[in-house]
Amino acid sequence: MLPLLSAENSRLAPCATGDHLPMSQSPDRNAEAHVIAAILAGKTHLFHDLIRPYERTVFSMVMALLRNPQDAEDVVQEALLKALRNLHAYRAEARFSTWLVSIALNEARSWLRRQRAIESLDSSDETVHIAPELLSDWREVPSEALERLEVRKLLRDAVTELPMIYREVFLLREFQELTISESAQALSISTASVKVRLHRARIMLQRRLAPQLRPLAPKRRRFPW
Amino acid sequence: MIDCKHVWDRISDFLDDTLSSETRKLVQKHLEHCEVCSAILDSTRNILILTADERVFELPVGYSERLHARLEEEIRPYRN
Repeated sequence: MLPLLSAENSRLAPCATGDHLPMSQSPDRNAEAHVIAAILAGKTHLFHDLIRPYERTVFSMVMALLRNPQDAEDVVQEALLKALRNLHAYRAEARFSTWLVSIALNEARSWLRRQRAIESLDSSDETVHIAPELLSDWREVPSEALERLEVRKLLRDAVTELPMIYREVFLLREFQELTISESAQALSISTASVKVRLHRARIMLQRRLAPQLRPLAPKRRRFPW
Repeated sequence: MIDCKHVWDRISDFLDDTLSSETRKLVQKHLEHCEVCSAILDSTRNILILTADERVFELPVGYSERLHARLEEEIRPYRN
């Protein structure tokens, strides 16, 4: 048997189920449940197969928060070890991938706290109105803009500088492609809070990036939608 | 009719298509004649598209091997 550690922050609160696959490579949930049962019954080597489909996405999430590949790798290793030790605490109300991401998030938060490199996690002022940047001429086509390294850097810097509560939600939704309810599960917050934080994150990024990206736009062009 | 501030507050829900059909129509109608709000919508949507493109990235060389080697250190003692 595996050593039974406390569930710590890894247990997900029961919440609404997700309404679409968060990741295209998500395995069949029934098959996954059988593998988890087998691991808990002693076939621990199957844990390798269980997490293999998610090792990329978990790394990408942690990397987006930490911005350092070596640190991200260390944090992912710790997170997945924690998942192994706490697998008994996994509840099937949430997708296994969401559970893994929540553990990785908690591990990344702990790491960031230790590094004292984050804004206060409890600066959750969700009542302040945030107005978008008023402009009328940044409508560049992203695929053209993406050719420019400075655009990517501007984007990464802007996301990194978001307050943590907004950065997490933004990354879960826009980077990890979790649904609103899955993001709520991963963060143990309400779907309403996810929506509020997501809106603020998007508007903060629009405020920050639109004036900077406008001069880089190669030409004006309207989107087809 | 709704004013610009109401549209700004609904941009995120508009992009996620989670507005009620009635509100969505009001926002759409506003966007048709408001250059400022339609530019805000476009620029916000562009940021999301740029973020989506960031999903494609290279994993560090040997990442998976190191990860599974570390996991194996944990797993091995329980195999017997």
